Amino acid sequence: MKRCFQCWLIVLICFMSAQLFAQTVPEIAFDSAPNLLKLPADIYLGEAAGVAQNSKGHIFVFTRSGETQLFEFDQEGNFVREISPRNYAFAFAHTVRIDPQDNIWAVDEGSNMIVKFNPAGKILMTMGRRPESAEGDVPGGFNFHPMLPGDTPKPAQPYSFSRETDVAWDAAGDIFVSDGYGNARVVKYDKDGRFIKSIGGSVKGKEPGQFNTPHTIATDKQGNVYVGDRGNSRIQVFDNDLTLRAVWTGVGAPWAICITPGPKQYLYSSDAVGPIYKMDLEGHVLGKFGTAGKQMKEFGWIHEMNCSSENELLVGELLNWRVQKLELHPQAK
Amino acid sequence: MRRVSEIVLTAAIVLLASPLFAQISVPEIAFDSAPNLLKMPDNIVMGEAVGVATNSKGHIFVYTRDGLLSYTVGSSRQFGRGAAARLYEFDEKGNFQREIGKGTYAQAFAHVVRVDPQDNIWMVDEGSNMIVKFSPEGKVLMTLGRKPEDFSGIPGPVAENQSSGGVSGGAIEQQLLLSTRPGGAPPTPGQTGGGEGFNLGPFAMFNRETDVAWDAEGNIFVSDGYNNKRVVKFDKNGKFLKDFGSRGKGPGQFEDVHSIQVDHQGNVYVGDRANKRLSVFDNDGNFKTGYINVGSPWAICITPGQHQYLYSSNSTGTTDMDNGGEIYKMELDGRILGKFGKGGKQMKEFMAVHELDCRNDNEVYAGEISNWRVQKLMLHPTAAEGGK
Repeated sequence: MKRCFQCWLIVLICFMSAQLFAQTVPEIAFDSAPNLLKLPADIYLGEAAGVAQNSKGHIFVFTRSGETQLFEFDQEGNFVREISPRNYAFAFAHTVRIDPQDNIWAVDEGSNMIVKFNPAGKILMTMGRRPESAEGDVPGGFNFHPMLPGDTPKPAQPYSFSRETDVAWDAAGDIFVSDGYGNARVVKYDKDGRFIKSIGGSVKGKEPGQFNTPHTIATDKQGNVYVGDRGNSRIQVFDNDLTLRAVWTGVGAPWAICITPGPKQYLYSSDAVGPIYKMDLEGHVLGKFGTAGKQMKEFGWIHEMNCSSENELLVGELLNWRVQKLELHPQAK
Repeated sequence: MRRVSEIVLTAAIVLLASPLFAQISVPEIAFDSAPNLLKMPDNIVMGEAVGVATNSKGHIFVYTRDGLLSYTVGSSRQFGRGAAARLYEFDEKGNFQREIGKGTYAQAFAHVVRVDPQDNIWMVDEGSNMIVKFSPEGKVLMTLGRKPEDFSGIPGPVAENQSSGGVSGGAIEQQLLLSTRPGGAPPTPGQTGGGEGFNLGPFAMFNRETDVAWDAEGNIFVSDGYNNKRVVKFDKNGKFLKDFGSRGKGPGQFEDVHSIQVDHQGNVYVGDRANKRLSVFDNDGNFKTGYINVGSPWAICITPGQHQYLYSSNSTGTTDMDNGGEIYKMELDGRILGKFGKGGKQMKEFMAVHELDCRNDNEVYAGEISNWRVQKLMLHPTAAEGGK
């Protein structure tokens, strides 16, 4: 009888907590820093598709302006420079990430390329290849042929991307690429860019381990890989060998995720117009904040987030052509 | 009768090639790659290093695909931009000197650059179907071929319901194909545009030509190209003399004429990438022999010294680093002396080597598509590998 009572109690608690969970994800109070980025008079931000921060707090913005351009600002938001003007891989900006060595990785979905720059802006490595601009009939597959709706997707190739979206690294420097809008896979390379393995393929799918627009990717300290599977409205978690560990739902369509540094890591995940969810690495939602709009503290298509600490986020928006710096106050009521 | 002679020739190639092919192992030639070769100004970024050449002073010329190219077609979207072609000069130490021919009409999609014995600089652009000869100072001396007059229109977004073989599928092709003649079709007199009075002649138009070389008299040989399958011979003034070759796998035929060189005797060496062979012709375009044991010859160069050597790159694909990548050193008779390098992104590794330059016997410049760089390679061959 006593045992049965315990059973009931557990069921009751579970039921209650599920209800609580569903209804009362706490709202996190936050501020947005006014007048963050100071641009020279003749330079304009377009869609702020990519935003990232290096160890000095410098802010990098990969923007779809008149051309796709990569800008660096200092920690105060003062304009420092444009990195790599007229770069052949800059066709349609997607994201930018800074690795632990402060190298800058620009992910361009228009050129199907990722370019790694050193902190000074020198090119260290390129991945993928831009489709050629002259075409013709050459046997042997040297040429690019645009895929048209109705065509059967070709198998994904180890060293080619199809509108790849994002990049992350583990402690060994291995590279993880979410690829992308065209393909539907995650690829692992070694630090020198040599192919190791991939999961998913060129065809979208709903099953665990398949993707429908893997749009954002991040790793934790243990080398686990978190993929925002936007089209399937879920986050898929893989170990370092790309074996599936967990599938999380209930946080909308994850357009952008970032994982905080520090001993206790948190994951932020954003739907297009908010809210932004704060989670632990077990998938528990700890809080949320943000709504759609054009004013400060509102969001229009959040496309990349950078979280330099638990309570400091940079958010790049497509529709509002801006970067917001958010300071969270999780203790405030 | 012709058919029989082709069969005999094919048999001869096979016979010739098989003992070479049977060489038990090709020696690996020791080599170094000069670190930090090209010093770029802060505001200039190297793109795909498709073309590299040196002049008699050791200056390095790079024809690169960078910046804002004409058209890129994604899965359903297009990006319209300027040219993906810039020509730079560096001194022998790799210090940036200047940009040559900035914004010329012939720059659309870079292919190669070569420097002739008089130090003139020849820029080969597969997007404009043009070759431009610059003086050493960078003045335009001659143009070959002609850029198509315009595009068929400013591309708009592709409507999904139109795109499978319909209007916009064709429109994409129209916009993409900077040249208009169908692949492999022989040039038709009178159909090359511009009117007879302004034409260099019916055979003077290229269709994505790839490379240029000269014999001792200054006659010009053009490998043409991706869409034509032929070699064109002009005199030194650019007057059409003849062309040879056609599409196919037979002797003297081409699938992909990608790289061309001429030796001191005037013999013409053509790297046929898709047929995986080097075809050799005499100065009049008569087929002599073919070498089929060096993989896919993307890029070839011949040293100018008294004893001439031939380098040929079996390049990796543009998005591959696991297959091919080695460069062969050969005698002109096809005998392989050694090879060096492999696919990869590190120094001394290569991804899609697109042009080779070898002004000195054991010093090779290699321009790579996918690693966006030029490497200067210093070989250390043994005597058997053509060393001193």
